[in-house]
Amino acid sequence: MARYLLGITFEGGVVDTPMEQWKPEEIQEHLDYYRELSQELRESGELVQSEILTGPDLAKIVTSDGTTPLVTDGPFQEFKEWLAGFQLFDVESEERALEIAARLSAVPGPAGVPTQQPVQVRRVMDERISDTEGMREYLETAAGAS
Amino acid sequence: MRRYGDFDLAEDAVQEALLTAATQWPRDGMPEKPRGWLVQTASRRLIDQWRSDRSRRDREERVALQELPTQETSDQDDTLTVLLMCCHPALTPASAIALTLRAVGGLTTAEIASAFLVDEATMAQRISRAKRTIKDSDEPFRVPTDDERPARLRLVLHVLYLVFNEGYTSTAGRELHRAELSGDAIRMTRMVHRLLPDDGEVAGLLGLMLLIDARRPARTTADGDLVPLAEQDRTLWNRVQIAEGAAILAGAMGRPPLGEYRIQAAIAAVHDRAARAEDTDWTQILALYGLLEQLTDNPVVTLNRAVATGMVEGPTAGLAVLDSLDEQLAGHYRLDAVRAHLLEMAGDTEGAFEHYRMAAARTTSLPEQRYLSMKAARLRQEESEPPVSE
Repeated sequence: MARYLLGITFEGGVVDTPMEQWKPEEIQEHLDYYRELSQELRESGELVQSEILTGPDLAKIVTSDGTTPLVTDGPFQEFKEWLAGFQLFDVESEERALEIAARLSAVPGPAGVPTQQPVQVRRVMDERISDTEGMREYLETAAGAS
Repeated sequence: MRRYGDFDLAEDAVQEALLTAATQWPRDGMPEKPRGWLVQTASRRLIDQWRSDRSRRDREERVALQELPTQETSDQDDTLTVLLMCCHPALTPASAIALTLRAVGGLTTAEIASAFLVDEATMAQRISRAKRTIKDSDEPFRVPTDDERPARLRLVLHVLYLVFNEGYTSTAGRELHRAELSGDAIRMTRMVHRLLPDDGEVAGLLGLMLLIDARRPARTTADGDLVPLAEQDRTLWNRVQIAEGAAILAGAMGRPPLGEYRIQAAIAAVHDRAARAEDTDWTQILALYGLLEQLTDNPVVTLNRAVATGMVEGPTAGLAVLDSLDEQLAGHYRLDAVRAHLLEMAGDTEGAFEHYRMAAARTTSLPEQRYLSMKAARLRQEESEPPVSE
């Protein structure tokens, strides 16, 4: 069992048209697809958390030398590179995380064409020793952290 | 081996001798010539086996055919039946774990959720889905037949082992419920052992858990950082628990099946009886990993054998064992970590640094990352400073 963050940026995939210019039924289909997928993954017990972030317009960048924090509006990176939303999943394997990511990326856009939005698949680091089975043995013999 | 011509039997006898060594030496002191002693013990065991005129296979078959204790006899027997049903082949390990903890471990859904760091509703979904999967499967909730029972019991042991590891591999403090999982696993395994005292692997698993869990007080610092086995304060180990684990292991001698848990327990016993890390009997550990390798195709076992080889025959020999794993474990941080360790032993500071760094970048565990980064950083420091004798 491993936890993965699947992140979506503002990179639109093969779709250039901003959503404001889609037909209402296309937006509906897009949202229904996400809703049904989330419902399914929540029922499977895999979806842990799902969040959509406000846009870069509301983002702040904070830097500090330990005395006076400096807060600026940013963004300093490309608009498209900002994280737009993320979901956390507990899955049996990386293969499963990739499978879910593929379904997220296939969300329909205008004319029902899959947007092919890039989805970042990031495994969450945890306090546990990785790969529970077998790891302990290695650590014992390798004089690693046991 | 050639002495007796019957390879299977001779091999069994050597295995028994190795395991006897792992359990007896602490009590009787180390024999002066271990190799000779092993051969002698093996021969004696082989003769015992001929005399009693019953082969391992016969005994295994008998155990496999053993009747399931009747359901009515006690609550505990009921519990075993439920355990056998929870560890259904249609379930993923994670689902079987959740269901087992709920139905047999007596944990509340909230406790299980807290152990796995999800909210209660999510865990409730997982458990009800597990139940539905079993109900919808070709073979819904029912007591496994005699034919299915041995295989199902292996699944049960696997699930209990995973529960134990979930608890053991977490660091104490922050994840209290998770750490308690080890205790739950020991409790449930103890119960199975009480009901099936003649099963060698059940005993092996219980022994393994006790021997490993005994080190808990020494394996984290006050800050929650992990302490490597070689650096642990061994006076903190739970001696009572080690003695119990060793006794269970000794009691399992000659009881089939001889499987991975019993051999792993024997390895843990060898570590546990070394008063100091440098007293560790690596020759014996190397032999036990050799045995384990014959039972499993898990490349991690070979990785462990490489380390043991490094300790017995020197780092160059250990590194040579690693070469056979390059394909199977390509890109896996463990291979890098072991290679770094052996390169460091061999005095190749630059190579060791590079592999520690790669291992740190590839692990998914924060404690491991901290540990491996620290190893790399220390090597860098040693390079830039004049050598200091330790």
